[in-house]
Amino acid sequence: MRPAGAKVTQQAEARRGIRAIPRRALLTYRTRHVLWAFAFLAPAFVLFFFIVVYPLGWALALSLQDWSFFGAKRFIGLGNYVRLWNDPLFWKSLGISFKWTIGVVPAILMISLPLALFLNAGWLRLKSLYRTGYFVPVVTNIVAVAFVWRWMFDPDFGVINWFLGVLGLPKPGWLADPAWALYAMMVVGVWKQIGQAMVLFLAGLQTIPQEFVDAAKIDGASPWKLFWKITLPLLNPTLLFVVVILVINAFRVFTIPYVMSAGGLQARTPGGPLDSTRVFVLHIYDIGFRQFQLGYASANAFVLMALIIVVTLIQIKLIQRPFEY
Amino acid sequence: MDLPEYRWLKTLTYLLLTLGLVPMLLPFLWMVSSAFKTLPEVMQVPPTWFPKQPILENFVAVFTQFPFARYILNSVAVAAIVVFGVTIVSAMAGYAFSKFTFPGRDVLFIAMLASLMVPFQVRMIPLYLMSIKFRLVDTIAGLSFPWLFDAFGIFLMRQFMQTIPTELIEAARIDGASELRIFWTILLPLVKPALAALGIFTLVGNWEEFLWPLIVTTSDASRTIPVGLQRFSEQYMSNIHWQMAAATVAVTPLIIAFLLFQRQFIQGIALTGLKD
Repeated sequence: MRPAGAKVTQQAEARRGIRAIPRRALLTYRTRHVLWAFAFLAPAFVLFFFIVVYPLGWALALSLQDWSFFGAKRFIGLGNYVRLWNDPLFWKSLGISFKWTIGVVPAILMISLPLALFLNAGWLRLKSLYRTGYFVPVVTNIVAVAFVWRWMFDPDFGVINWFLGVLGLPKPGWLADPAWALYAMMVVGVWKQIGQAMVLFLAGLQTIPQEFVDAAKIDGASPWKLFWKITLPLLNPTLLFVVVILVINAFRVFTIPYVMSAGGLQARTPGGPLDSTRVFVLHIYDIGFRQFQLGYASANAFVLMALIIVVTLIQIKLIQRPFEY
Repeated sequence: MDLPEYRWLKTLTYLLLTLGLVPMLLPFLWMVSSAFKTLPEVMQVPPTWFPKQPILENFVAVFTQFPFARYILNSVAVAAIVVFGVTIVSAMAGYAFSKFTFPGRDVLFIAMLASLMVPFQVRMIPLYLMSIKFRLVDTIAGLSFPWLFDAFGIFLMRQFMQTIPTELIEAARIDGASELRIFWTILLPLVKPALAALGIFTLVGNWEEFLWPLIVTTSDASRTIPVGLQRFSEQYMSNIHWQMAAATVAVTPLIIAFLLFQRQFIQGIALTGLKD
């Protein structure tokens, strides 16, 4: 990527040339430089302002108001925040999102990390075939696959309950049963994201210096020991990154519970049955766009933002800790 | 993991990897197989793995009972606008942040990066109110505009462009090339891999975006595939065979693109990782 030799000399000559330029011309050059920078930055800046800054400020103002879209706006200070603190449904949906996070994130890690380790092994054949197979769910439309899973989880006609029946196991009501619906959806959440985590781990594994692995092997370390003493500690930054992404994704899950609880053979309300799959974003959506309590919905959304900020700050804090190589 | 003298472990690994593929791919097989079945056969217990007599009527129904072609067109239009917009806006901003010095540069960059912590769910209500005000509800423009700013894209472009030697750009400047020309003919070709990764990453995310289209679309004129599919299944709840055909149509384009450009897709996801 280096410029050709001729160019370099040309450039050195030109540098000398700049020094010879009188002061006023130099200022013009500097001004032009800054103006060009602003020109290149302008689209991003305008969009940043209108898509992020302004809506964020507006949302903050809304969260301090009692406003139901059609009615009059009323400033109520922290009233919306007090209200959500005392709202059992707020705690319930927050709890469902936590349950989702605690279930889905470790499951994805426990599947995708070993998967990446095996796919990274030098002796493995058909590598790209396996990688493709595990990765395909990442690029498939989530609504479409939610249909398919919803149908497979059908209590009466679904292939999953048919299979359980063949094995002589009890057949849960899955999406029709408040006790099982969330777990059925969590399966889909895990299934969809394994490939993404796997690819991130594979990228992280590439950065581990081969000398460390070779040295450990010469010392006679078993694969088990190699993993715990060498690979895992060196993979720490990647692991942290993946965990943060998965946790934030889990907090923001919406499409899977929405699609799988509405429509299909047994049409129900999103978040059902009996609010058992009302994850936090679904709760915000419901308040905002079904009940049109825009102020209250904004206050709830700020709780989501607070959670995401906490997770991100923990990540930044941990990543600054030096990882010993 | 290297397992030279653990032969049985190798066999076990192949076995596990292959068995693991079954639940990963079964939904696709099930979807495609059901899409070619008649309704009675779809509902049949025990199920048949392959349609006894494959039929195409379900696909015909998808396109005639519902404006599915329109949904696809809308999705393609939104994806094209967003992918093109995000890559060009991010590349321009990345150039400004990496190769120019100007007052307030670092503060602005950090402010933009910090916006990654502002979830879409906080902004969606004001964005919806803005859409009403500017008559963007139920339009392709309304579906696209919230995604045109991507802090991660700018970050990615800046990182990539920092690796390009500044002398290269200075040399071109001194040769009398205009800034626009430098950007188009020198910089962009050099960051092509990053542009491709960002474009693919944006495409994958945008293709399945559901929450915002659910809010901002009110008619079939602007519905994209995900919300169109959802409408379809709410309307024809028990027509599972049609739903499976619609799902097949919805997932096929991106899967084909993925199989053709596997390396780029996987790089795109590995490079960026963070989903909005």
